[in-house]
Amino acid sequence: MTSLKQPFLSVDALHKAFVLHGQGGMTLEVMRDLSLTLSPGECLVLAGPSGIGKSTLLKMLHGSYRVTAGRLTLHFEDGDLSLEALPAHAWHTLRRDVIGYVSQFLRVVPRVPAVEVVMEPLLARGVDEAEARLRAEAMLARLNLPERLWNLSPGTFSGGEQQRVNIARGFIAEHPLLLLDEPTASLDAANREVVVGLIEEAKARGAALLGIFHDEDVRERVADRLLPLTPHMGANVVTAQPATEEMRR
Amino acid sequence: MKRPDLNRAVLLEARGVSRLYGPGKGCEAVSLRLHRGEVLGIVGESGSGKSTLLRLLAGMERPDAGQVIYRASVAQGLDAAGHEGELDLYAIGEARRRALLRMEWGLVHQNPRDGLRLGVSAGANIGERLMALGERHYGQLRAAGQDWMGRVELDPERIDDAPRTFSGGMQQRLQIARTLVTRPNLVFMDEPTGGLDVSVQARLLDMLRTLVRELGLSVILVTHDLAVARLLAHRLMVMRRGQVVETGLTDQILDDPQHAYTQLLVSSVLTP
Amino acid sequence: MNSVDRREGPPADGYNFAYLDEQTKRMIRRGLLKAVAIPGYQVPFGGREMPMPYGWGTGGMQLTASVLGQDDVLKVIDQGADDTTNAVSIRAFFERVAGVATTTTTTEADVIQTRHRIPEQPLRQGQILIFQVPIPEPLRFIEPSEVETRLMHALEEYGVMHVKLYEDIARHGHIATTYAYPVKVDGRYVTDPSPIPKFDNPKLHMAESLMLFGAGREKRLYAIPPYTRVESLDFEDHPFEVQQWDVPCAICGARDTFLDEVITDDQGGRMFVCSDTDYCQSRAEEVA
Repeated sequence: MTSLKQPFLSVDALHKAFVLHGQGGMTLEVMRDLSLTLSPGECLVLAGPSGIGKSTLLKMLHGSYRVTAGRLTLHFEDGDLSLEALPAHAWHTLRRDVIGYVSQFLRVVPRVPAVEVVMEPLLARGVDEAEARLRAEAMLARLNLPERLWNLSPGTFSGGEQQRVNIARGFIAEHPLLLLDEPTASLDAANREVVVGLIEEAKARGAALLGIFHDEDVRERVADRLLPLTPHMGANVVTAQPATEEMRR
Repeated sequence: MKRPDLNRAVLLEARGVSRLYGPGKGCEAVSLRLHRGEVLGIVGESGSGKSTLLRLLAGMERPDAGQVIYRASVAQGLDAAGHEGELDLYAIGEARRRALLRMEWGLVHQNPRDGLRLGVSAGANIGERLMALGERHYGQLRAAGQDWMGRVELDPERIDDAPRTFSGGMQQRLQIARTLVTRPNLVFMDEPTGGLDVSVQARLLDMLRTLVRELGLSVILVTHDLAVARLLAHRLMVMRRGQVVETGLTDQILDDPQHAYTQLLVSSVLTP
Repeated sequence: MNSVDRREGPPADGYNFAYLDEQTKRMIRRGLLKAVAIPGYQVPFGGREMPMPYGWGTGGMQLTASVLGQDDVLKVIDQGADDTTNAVSIRAFFERVAGVATTTTTTEADVIQTRHRIPEQPLRQGQILIFQVPIPEPLRFIEPSEVETRLMHALEEYGVMHVKLYEDIARHGHIATTYAYPVKVDGRYVTDPSPIPKFDNPKLHMAESLMLFGAGREKRLYAIPPYTRVESLDFEDHPFEVQQWDVPCAICGARDTFLDEVITDDQGGRMFVCSDTDYCQSRAEEVA
């Protein structure tokens, strides 16, 4: 089922290559000529075997990876915004207010309790601390994280517990564009259900979602469309390049 | 949804600043902009020129060429366009420059002993900047001292103890309290976690993160430690031999480094 | 009563009037003019060797030598007393090399050189009080570099002075600095009033006399001209206060003077007497 709405995100002829200066300037092409559109309320799932480049698109959309060629555009009511050449400081606001990212792994900050990890996106927007805490606790409760863990740093949590903290953090701020990088990878069935529910709610409020799901069951339940990535995945396409001046020094 | 306003007012700007002590020593033609509320990390190995750059930016050393512009109006929350409140750091007099550093800015030294008065109590250390700004009420100075000791997780009961009776990590937290007590518009940090044990570092980093968010600090952070940069900085500048080789979002630089040197730097770290 | 001692005959042979050569005196006077023009500002001067070791008042003596005229009457006090070794020696010195009249009576003196006190008798217009100063720099305790302290003065970076007072209160519950208590002169320069007791600080404020300060070892001079505002630094909730005593002076009965504690025997006997001997004596005579 394709949404008839105006797309919120368009990706045109996206290309990504890594130049490995340490390997004599070898170029690793990981993505070629990828185009897609994504509308509000829609969940597009990237399909294809796991391997290098699976998260590359998400990372480019989140500003973590630079775009080698092609265009990334967000369509706002009052005009388009190109992401591929945004100055770095613009991403601070964009990440705070527009583009959310639920990565596979939680980057644990020592000593910061789980509930504060979840609160952070709200605090960054200036939400009152008490309110942020209430919402974070509700989110953690919903994800079945035992209450005794809320005020502990997730450093000692199991993989599944850490991931739930990360999911809570990713969904709490209700970004209009959500990038989901295998959010259900190490969850049990009950918590997968919760995540499916969160995704459905996000769609219902009009968020555009782009995700990677290895779990077929989840994928089938949340995906409005599948985008096969294989034709665009250029892993192991290697071009030798002369060593740069920098490396000869 | 409306297009978000992505522009942030520029608080500090360097335009082609150079200060060379010899070929490749010092820093050369560096330009940068620090936006309000942003933590800009300057990373590089020792000798890369990052500390020289910090000194130039903080008004402590006159560059051979280039300008450093501070927008006082931006600091005051007035995103005034134009040149109102724009200070050319090395065109204004030394008096004004030192007053800026004393009143409006803050500097956190790597070695807390460089930033503290070791001969006077913790409370006097925290109170000094307030006194310099004209606070003349002992009771209020003391209350501020105790409040800030709590904020940096020092026991407020120890307000009258001399800093030399504190551990290195405690001294560093005291220095941070002393610097931030006046809520400076711009903070310079030179390897703030250098020389501390790893466990102590973690606590300090977490504390700094919280303070940056709570106070909305704008920070220029010099560090050779990419893990510190990852945790604290929004944006990074990589320096080598006095020049900027790459700039970008912190995760851009660390996860998708473009320049050969940055790649080498990032790959040399065990767990960035 | 006339206690002025007019010596007979010219000053000792072989010495210029008041010991210093005229060039040196001129140089010091120029420095003094500058000091008067910038109240509280420390003016460097080319200090000369005096026939006395540093610490005995060589700075004050050079200033005295430079402002002394042949008709002036000189008084010298040390800790308020006219009869201590230091005061007697300096008085004798100027009698010999300048042949000026000397006195112990405050009201009769034109020039008073002092160490560590201001006379109790308020000074009048035309009188000059010259202080012997060991350490002229009030910021020295915290900043050893002269270059830096001069800059701190230039930029009015005086927050650190209150750090010292803060420490006092934190440690002792009150400002425990009792002498050389820092002042701000004419709302601008933080100045060391020399090691006078803080009891004397209020006498600096809007004084009728000219006050000159000379530091021989450090080769600095400074001035508080007549009718200059002089504030003692303090906190709103710990205002500046002078010392007070529970007993009056054991000799003259004064209750408003600075008292010295005098040990009278080996059994712990003691009494409190005015440190200003001239003032005490004149009061005792009035009472008698």
